[in-house]
Amino acid sequence: MSHKGKLKIYLGYAAGVGKTFRMLEEAVAMRQKGVDIVIAYFEPHGRKETIAKTEGLESIPRRSLTYAGTAFEEMDTDAVLHRKPAVALVDEFAHTNVPGSKRLKRWQDVHVLVEAGIDVWTTMNVQHLESLNDQVWHSTGVRVRETVPDWVVDEADEVVLVDLTPRALRNRLERGVVYPSEKAQRALDNFFTEGNLTALRELAMRHTAHEVEERLEADPSPVGMRPPDGRKERLLICLTGSPSSAVLIRRGKRVADYLQADCLAIHVSSSPRGREDVERHMSFARNLRIATHVLEGSDVARTIAEFARAQGVTQIFMGRSLPRQWWRRFSETIVQQVVRQSRDMQVTVVAERRR
Amino acid sequence: MPSRVDGRPDPEELLRRVQADERRESRGRLKIFLGYASRVGKSFRMYDEGRRRKQRGQDVLVGAVQSKITPDIQEILASLETVPTISTRHAGRDYELMDLTALFRRHPEVCLVDGLAYDNPPGSRNPQRWQDVRELLDRGIGILTAVNVQHIREQQDKVERITGKRSPYSVPEEFLREAEEIEIVDAPPEALMDRLPDGSMPDSRRLAELRELALLLAADVVERQLQDYLDSHGVAAVWSAQERILVCLTPKSNATAMLRSGQRNAARFHGALLVAYVQQDNLGPKDREQLESHLALARELGAEVHCLRNSDFVQAILDFAREQRVTQLFVGHSFRDRGLLWRGPIDRLIDAAENFDVRLFPHPGEP
Repeated sequence: MSHKGKLKIYLGYAAGVGKTFRMLEEAVAMRQKGVDIVIAYFEPHGRKETIAKTEGLESIPRRSLTYAGTAFEEMDTDAVLHRKPAVALVDEFAHTNVPGSKRLKRWQDVHVLVEAGIDVWTTMNVQHLESLNDQVWHSTGVRVRETVPDWVVDEADEVVLVDLTPRALRNRLERGVVYPSEKAQRALDNFFTEGNLTALRELAMRHTAHEVEERLEADPSPVGMRPPDGRKERLLICLTGSPSSAVLIRRGKRVADYLQADCLAIHVSSSPRGREDVERHMSFARNLRIATHVLEGSDVARTIAEFARAQGVTQIFMGRSLPRQWWRRFSETIVQQVVRQSRDMQVTVVAERRR
Repeated sequence: MPSRVDGRPDPEELLRRVQADERRESRGRLKIFLGYASRVGKSFRMYDEGRRRKQRGQDVLVGAVQSKITPDIQEILASLETVPTISTRHAGRDYELMDLTALFRRHPEVCLVDGLAYDNPPGSRNPQRWQDVRELLDRGIGILTAVNVQHIREQQDKVERITGKRSPYSVPEEFLREAEEIEIVDAPPEALMDRLPDGSMPDSRRLAELRELALLLAADVVERQLQDYLDSHGVAAVWSAQERILVCLTPKSNATAMLRSGQRNAARFHGALLVAYVQQDNLGPKDREQLESHLALARELGAEVHCLRNSDFVQAILDFAREQRVTQLFVGHSFRDRGLLWRGPIDRLIDAAENFDVRLFPHPGEP
């Protein structure tokens, strides 16, 4: 059994900042030192300077497959495994494979390569991080569909920020370096505005700093960072079938990650109604490596509070209670009941993010 | 510090902006390449950009180079025009002084200045090189320059805690904020360790800590740029890339728990901690005393304390949270302040909350 390969991610904040270029530049330097380095997947986007950088590097042919009558090309993971280079370059980490591929996502293909002992260098943008999905939508109006769970990035051996100022990036677009001119103009007017780019860039910087810190803190965190009583934080997310639970999961997980807390999720069901929606959220949570539980109970708040106490939870994250009819306003909301019954824990109500 | 809840920038801030705009009209553009250690590749990136700009037809000149030049930089330098620095020796120390007279006369479109933090010899026009650069900018010359986080004055205490060393040279952070553009040059510490010429191994942990410091500094500068951009375009930002935590205190709050938790969260996220209270005229002496002691604790923890003036408690907090782009709101919670058919203030706050989380802290001593 071979040892695991290393994963290195070139992180940017938009198309055209130079992630692939930088990766190729470093690859060429490694190749000159005699390292066995190959291109496993490269997306040229018609960018001349970048394409020129691939010269002298071996490329593994892509696999073509047909879906819905159209031909697509994907990374040929089996061919890369067979070739077994020391380092494989894989562009666009967040890519979703065409249906009919062996694995759903390219990052899963990359995992297979890394498990087989191949070092992988790859590229992605900060907006593809699952935990930032709502924030990115909120600031730019774009709902990113191709996401990578945060733990995948956290497990990378290296994350390198590829920076470029928004002004320089917009210049590149204007010069037609990134996209053909018609598409470039549309991009400049819509997504690539100075405000959007500046916001995304700040996110990329903060996220890289976070990744650096995570790797530093293999050591136990300093005393001041722990809760006053020295307990390790444990965060519990209370799921329902409501669509807003997705925001709740991402937000809770993000806070848990930053506090280096364990993260659990439960759903308390008093009836089997809406089970499918709940199951969808549960599976989303599990993909983000959150341990999930379903509990039966007619007294929802009490079930949550008792579970939380038994699990040593320090913080509870909930969505807003639904508006109640006027005649029920005498009674407490679930949130109020949980707060009252969990006085030894902090209760956080997560609001939906709106634009 | 008094607060504004009308959503408008305060007059001093406006004045600062107007002055900055005026300066900018005739001033050259400043672009700074920021790195976290030598050998991270800042200088190379700067020269590389100079080369590309020259290829695109700009009038590019090199005003100062570092004493140690790598072969890849040497290659670029060969294609660029240079105004040599003046070498002098003073009190047993060697100095390289930028030839300002020659640079003013030559007046290029863009001037490359390496080693921004260098000192000039005593008796020079300016004590430090970054001040020379400011003069070039004032005369309409664009600048590309490179600097290390170790040399940013306001960061030097932190750097010293990490490395145990303090550089005698420094550039004020304010100068960084004058830059139209700042680009961070990042690389994993391992890459630097390969490159050490003398075979010694730097401490990778220290390098990683410096790296984080540089990234967070750049993020703060960018945050400010974002704010300026939004203000100048009349866009009210409702969004922050940084976590911003607002702790709302009342006399009955469990202030210690709320502030400690707020502080811990702010530290973990490298975010901002804000504290606010809503002014109430009818407070009894005991409540007033309680509140004062909470606020004293907040100040002790280094939080900005804001007084909100609005007769509607909930509206005061909502307005302030929006203005400050708050992402987490910590409030005290009482089980007594619920009306029968009317909803209590905390319910109203939760219902109206947009874009921030509400964390509830029960008041101490309630059943």
